Amino acid sequence: MNLFNKMFPHPVLTLVLWGIWLLLNNTLSAGHVVLGLVFAIFIPWLTSGFWPEKVRMKAPLTLLKFLLIVLWDILVANMAVAKLILGRNKNLKPGFFYIDLDIQTPLGISLLANTISLTPGTVSCDLTEDRKRLLVHALHIEDIPTVVKEIKERYEAPLKEVFTEC
Amino acid sequence: MFEWILSALVLLGAFFTLVGSLGLYKLPDFFMRLHGPTKATTLGVGALLIASALYFSFKTDYISMHEVLVTIFLFITAPVSAHLMAKAAIHIKLKQVKRTQNPMK
Repeated sequence: MNLFNKMFPHPVLTLVLWGIWLLLNNTLSAGHVVLGLVFAIFIPWLTSGFWPEKVRMKAPLTLLKFLLIVLWDILVANMAVAKLILGRNKNLKPGFFYIDLDIQTPLGISLLANTISLTPGTVSCDLTEDRKRLLVHALHIEDIPTVVKEIKERYEAPLKEVFTEC
Repeated sequence: MFEWILSALVLLGAFFTLVGSLGLYKLPDFFMRLHGPTKATTLGVGALLIASALYFSFKTDYISMHEVLVTIFLFITAPVSAHLMAKAAIHIKLKQVKRTQNPMK
């Protein structure tokens, strides 16, 4: 285990780099698989000084389910926002609101903020200094507590499960 | 049949990109306008990329997966740039529509 940790200081980064290398070359030929693996092992080694904390993922299945939910939500919300944009400006009720965060890891927070921005209708605007509250702007919002509850249940809960501090 | 699916995807992508740009043009304040482009990049570009991946995978001999990379990079960069712009806009106190609900005041 110790040797494994030394070989792969960031196993997730290694896998991601390998995948991106193969995608960039658009091939699965043996030569690129090996070359990509060599890069994927050595780049995390050489740059491990820049990555003080290790990314840990638990429950990869939850992450997969989360991704599917987000993709579905993007699809549904896109229709809703298209309708809002094509409608009359006067009927829109824009608003800022805070989400109190339960999730603490920096990666978890940034993924949550990204998800909020990606799902149409909401854009994450600011994180308070203490990393406790996230400011979100919504294009059209009727009932803030319901939306906050939905975001917390749909996005934050699974992210919190996957990225917890060890 | 295949062509029909492709054309539907391309049209869908074009439609949502158009709606995104339209939003950029007609919405009243900066924060609301920010919603237009972030939307266009998700479903609009997503549909176009799926169409591209399907076309090149079936019409040529090799499987085309470049599109996955484009999607990943877009999905990472679009929210980050939107976040930065919004943060900067709040910092310099850009005008908001009067009816905006705001807990910061």
